[in-house]
Amino acid sequence: MSTDTLTTQKAFLKYLLRLADDRLILGQRVSEWCGHGPVLEEDLALANIALDLIGHSSALYAYAAQIEDKGHDDDYFAYFRDDYEFTNLQLCELPKGDFGFTIARHFLFSSFSYYQYELLKNAKDEQFRGMINKHLKEIKYHLRHSRDWVLRLGDGTEESHERIQNAFDEVWMYVDELFYTDDVDEIMIASGNGADVNSFKDDWKKFVEDTLTEATLTIPDWDQYMISGSRNGMHTEHLGLILTQLQFLRRSHPEADWK
Amino acid sequence: METQQQLDNFQARIDAGEKIEPKDWMPDRYRQQIIRMGSQHAHSEIVGMLPEGNWIGRAPSLKRKLVLLAKVQDEAGHGLYLYSAIETLGVSRADLIDQYLYGSAKYSSIFNYPTLSYADVCVIGWLVDGAAIVNQTKLAQSSYGPYSRANIRICREESFHKKQGYEMVAKLASGTPAQRKMVQDAVNRFWWPTLMMFGPSDSDSPNSAELIKWKVKLNTNDELRQHFIDRTVMEAEAVNITLPDPDLKFNQETGHWDYGDIPWDEFWDVVQGNGVMNRERMKARREAHENGAWVRKAAQAYARKKKLSREQAS
Ligand SMILES: [Fe+2]
Ligand SMILES: [Fe+2]
Repeated sequence: MSTDTLTTQKAFLKYLLRLADDRLILGQRVSEWCGHGPVLEEDLALANIALDLIGHSSALYAYAAQIEDKGHDDDYFAYFRDDYEFTNLQLCELPKGDFGFTIARHFLFSSFSYYQYELLKNAKDEQFRGMINKHLKEIKYHLRHSRDWVLRLGDGTEESHERIQNAFDEVWMYVDELFYTDDVDEIMIASGNGADVNSFKDDWKKFVEDTLTEATLTIPDWDQYMISGSRNGMHTEHLGLILTQLQFLRRSHPEADWK
Repeated sequence: METQQQLDNFQARIDAGEKIEPKDWMPDRYRQQIIRMGSQHAHSEIVGMLPEGNWIGRAPSLKRKLVLLAKVQDEAGHGLYLYSAIETLGVSRADLIDQYLYGSAKYSSIFNYPTLSYADVCVIGWLVDGAAIVNQTKLAQSSYGPYSRANIRICREESFHKKQGYEMVAKLASGTPAQRKMVQDAVNRFWWPTLMMFGPSDSDSPNSAELIKWKVKLNTNDELRQHFIDRTVMEAEAVNITLPDPDLKFNQETGHWDYGDIPWDEFWDVVQGNGVMNRERMKARREAHENGAWVRKAAQAYARKKKLSREQAS
């Protein structure tokens, strides 16, 4: 898409949807742990994280609806779009895997979100800024939770070390997309409401490397093949099945009130 | 050995309405009864996460998804309070969990029924949490201090669950024809199993008399069941839901609602492990426990390493 057709308003809408889609889809994944956690305290912690993520997505969707100004609401974006219209990272839609995979993915996502929100918390748009500041507190908790577990699993037993190492190896080709940018980002940064992700890429990498090193883990190859395309609607086949579950009831009875 | 004098003193404290605390003397049988009842209660909270958890992924709006997720999370919290309360009697959570996953410890049979529609989740909030409140409000006055306090905390959250469930039942009952059908069907399936949550009739409940003597329980199963029915009949009427019992009738003399025969054969069947979901529930819980073993071991190993390196540093 060329910049001349992309207005500030449309860029804002897309930006919000990207943020919201990540959180809805990852929240849906994390919620799958509910009742199946490795220990009761983690059932509570993971439910809490899922609640935060889905709560954040709902707030972002609601604001997207306001920016879009077509009479939609938060549920519209979650329940009435198809796979190719979702712009979440493929990182977020991968199956929950074992506890190690869930932790590795969440560590990468929440550390990235932390740096990103630290920039967005100064956004010009007041409503957006308020939302970001509120969510940032919870992201800090997610980061602490997942980082603590990376250390425990990495430096725990032989088995846990191997499992979390495998998880990082497996998920690594999805991390480059965290730093994908296009004209949406350019417009948002220019209008004072976007985060320049490349400005913290090195810091983020160092933070990740330091944590993995402390956890006695090997840092996977940053230069390996990296997937791309999520922000423009490219997905794994997992997304379709997530949406099948997420949307089925609502779409079966579109005229019903479920609020 | 327990002397008659000790037993009499203990009974006198109970009769005076005193709370028994972990360090106090108590008959061994009392300790066993609290552990049995309290751990069964804790296991029920945990297994109870499964039927409702079944609908988190499919909840029909973001708001409802958040409400359901928060509710199921609360139930995990209830399990945690209760295990902690029971651990004050010198048993470990790990052992208690082993006893229900691999031994003979029980949990409430209501969770062995499947949730077939989203309305089930709403009806569970209304009826099952409603019944749990009736039970737990009484247990909040029970003689064992830690157990009583755990129930006080739990009741606060359960009232919220019931309120949310009932509101949603009301909404569905006045919604589209499909929603009305869904919610009535859920009530039809959950009504009798909910009444069974109070346990068998007093004449068939072997532990009842002793539990009441020690104020572990304050009312008989039948009294609590009647109390629940009396209030639920009116709640159902208010939202145009039909309770599936043609014999429900107000009795002018007793001031209570008379009700039909509870299908106790089904109850005993499910208690024996023959409900629709018994095997699946146990399988799911065992899998979670076994798949989590490596995580728990890693956390222990890491904590040990950290402790060791702190000791070496000092
Ligand atoms: Fe509960
Ligand atoms: Fe509850």
